[in-house]
Amino acid sequence: MKTIRLLGTSALAILTGLSPALAQVTAIGAGEGQVNIVAWAGYIERGETVKEFDWVTKFEEASGCKVNVKTAGTSDEMVALMNEGGFDLVTASGDASLRLIAGKRVQPINIDLIPSWSTVDERLKDAPWHTVDGVHYGTPYMWGPNVLMYNTEVFPEPPTSWNVVFEEMTLPDGKSNTGRVQAYDGPIHVADAAQYLMTHKPELGITSPYELNEDQYKAALDLLRVQRTLVSRYWHDAFIQMDDFKNEGVVASGTWPFQVNLLQGEGFPVASTIPAEGATGWADTTMMAVDAANPNCSYMWMEHSLASNLQADLSVWFGANPAVPAACTDGRGMQTAEGCTKNGLDDFEKIKFWTTPVSKCPQGECVPYYRWVSDYIGVIGGR
Amino acid sequence: MTATLPIRGAGDRLSGLFWRRPGVLLALLIAPPLLWLGVVYLGSLAALLMQSFYSIDEFSGVVVEEFTTKTYAELLRPSNFDIIIRTLLMSAAVTLGAAIIAFPIAYFAARYARGRWKAVFYLGILLPLWSSYLVKVYAWKLILAKEGILTWAAEGIGAGFVLDAVLSLPGIGGNSLSTSFIGTWLVFLYVWLPYMILPMQASLERVPLSMLEASADLGATPAQTFRSVILPLAMPGVIAGSIFTFSLTMGDYIIPQIIGTSARFVGQAVYQLQGTAGNLPLAAAFAVVPIVIMLVYLTLAKRAGAFDAL
Repeated sequence: MKTIRLLGTSALAILTGLSPALAQVTAIGAGEGQVNIVAWAGYIERGETVKEFDWVTKFEEASGCKVNVKTAGTSDEMVALMNEGGFDLVTASGDASLRLIAGKRVQPINIDLIPSWSTVDERLKDAPWHTVDGVHYGTPYMWGPNVLMYNTEVFPEPPTSWNVVFEEMTLPDGKSNTGRVQAYDGPIHVADAAQYLMTHKPELGITSPYELNEDQYKAALDLLRVQRTLVSRYWHDAFIQMDDFKNEGVVASGTWPFQVNLLQGEGFPVASTIPAEGATGWADTTMMAVDAANPNCSYMWMEHSLASNLQADLSVWFGANPAVPAACTDGRGMQTAEGCTKNGLDDFEKIKFWTTPVSKCPQGECVPYYRWVSDYIGVIGGR
Repeated sequence: MTATLPIRGAGDRLSGLFWRRPGVLLALLIAPPLLWLGVVYLGSLAALLMQSFYSIDEFSGVVVEEFTTKTYAELLRPSNFDIIIRTLLMSAAVTLGAAIIAFPIAYFAARYARGRWKAVFYLGILLPLWSSYLVKVYAWKLILAKEGILTWAAEGIGAGFVLDAVLSLPGIGGNSLSTSFIGTWLVFLYVWLPYMILPMQASLERVPLSMLEASADLGATPAQTFRSVILPLAMPGVIAGSIFTFSLTMGDYIIPQIIGTSARFVGQAVYQLQGTAGNLPLAAAFAVVPIVIMLVYLTLAKRAGAFDAL
């Protein structure tokens, strides 16, 4: 027993001695036989949900690395799982990735070992949610906008402004929007209100919807209080929202392309648009744990995750945009140029990507995220 | 002249030990559950309590590990206090509704159902408990939807105006049943009803028939008999059932997320505050609220003799 413990500690000492926190992997060796990934549901498919959507089986055959997936439902779960340890990779969104980097849970990536890095979308290569001080902490995986979904029978023309969900008004069918619109049930929705105010109340001087001082924040909350009078129920779960469009008489709401694609697939009369004010969005990054037990397989997976056929199939499956633009056009996967346009590939500039609001910001003092949470709870409760 | 049986192995020696020292057996049997109760259960409760006396730093959002009652004071902020009141009112309404609906059912089962009917009764009550909770809640979402079967049926029989009148009630009404507090209440009622019926039926079965006859012989009307004989004797069962419905409603965070106006209940607030918000102290303080309320409730229930019926 003692010997084992001694062996354990000395192995640990050697390991930590050899790999200080910022060291990168310099060469990929032979695969360790497996790789453990924390991912969003639907992100890593092996043909078990729908047969055509499989980007794991061939990788396992070619690399000899068995892929073990642990799905997580929220960014918080992902951070918690990575803090627990035992995982090699995580597909983190912008509101988790910086926390993982700040918490030293993920390690820098040596992009020279990932040949497909050169094919990554130029707009994503140095994105601030995975690049800190010029160091890359992961490979981009998928991104998407939070679009405005509307019922085409009520709106013959796409709405041009988010005002349909923020202010009381008469919709093109002659009835009020009260009780017929929805909003996202997460505090990050405060950013959507702030973005709306960037256009409609420029005197507030909002430069980023994720960096709000007290006055700007208060204005956003006031706007959300108006929205509360219009919204019967906030949406939280993609499938409940789809049900609300079908059975609850909801005709307009912020949403993900995922729901739009599924509803259109069922023949339901909806479409989506990005109104003039722009939209918020999410971008996910494959990040590698600081103590990854299977670094070689991890690098092989990161390289594989940027293959254009995987990216194409995933973007069809998830209704999102590939991190590798060639996936839209090279025909190696199921995605097409039209499909990418529909998912919002050309709207990158209009999108403010999710980041966690923190108190330190360029304008000095900003309202941190934990207050967004408690105040948004208050707004939904009618305060 | 004592006959000693030969010892055949370790098993015999062990049972011999247990026979000579019953305390050893007892200690062995209760040590694991005691450990579980002490360390895992009470330990986590203590950790929770400790967290609730920390606070979050207003500027950095970092938890300050110093004793303070500031976090509890935050519970009194209007938006937080709303959540507690909302949850309390809902729990009380669900309990009251469940008691009223469950009583006739339990009474029928205890007094009149016999043989096969009794089996049907038990099956009918327990069957919903065996199916998935989520499936039931989603099914109710469809039933209560604006374009759901209930609205359709109400309009079909010309009672659409009744539904509209109910939904226009201020505070508890809404755009449709599935997006109003009435809907949340209905679903809570359905999901927790069996927990009210079963203890109620158990206590009603213990009401001696002779007492009802005596009451009638002494000239009491059926209403008087119900008020002065049946209800007091069945009260422990009602209270036992109400403990279930009350505490289950207090702690639930899934039903109000799917059915209702999205306004938070205590369980949801805890879930959300301990997440990205990283506001563990406030989440812990919120979690202490139902515990305190239930302790008060149980004390009152004990005084009313609810535990004699269990």
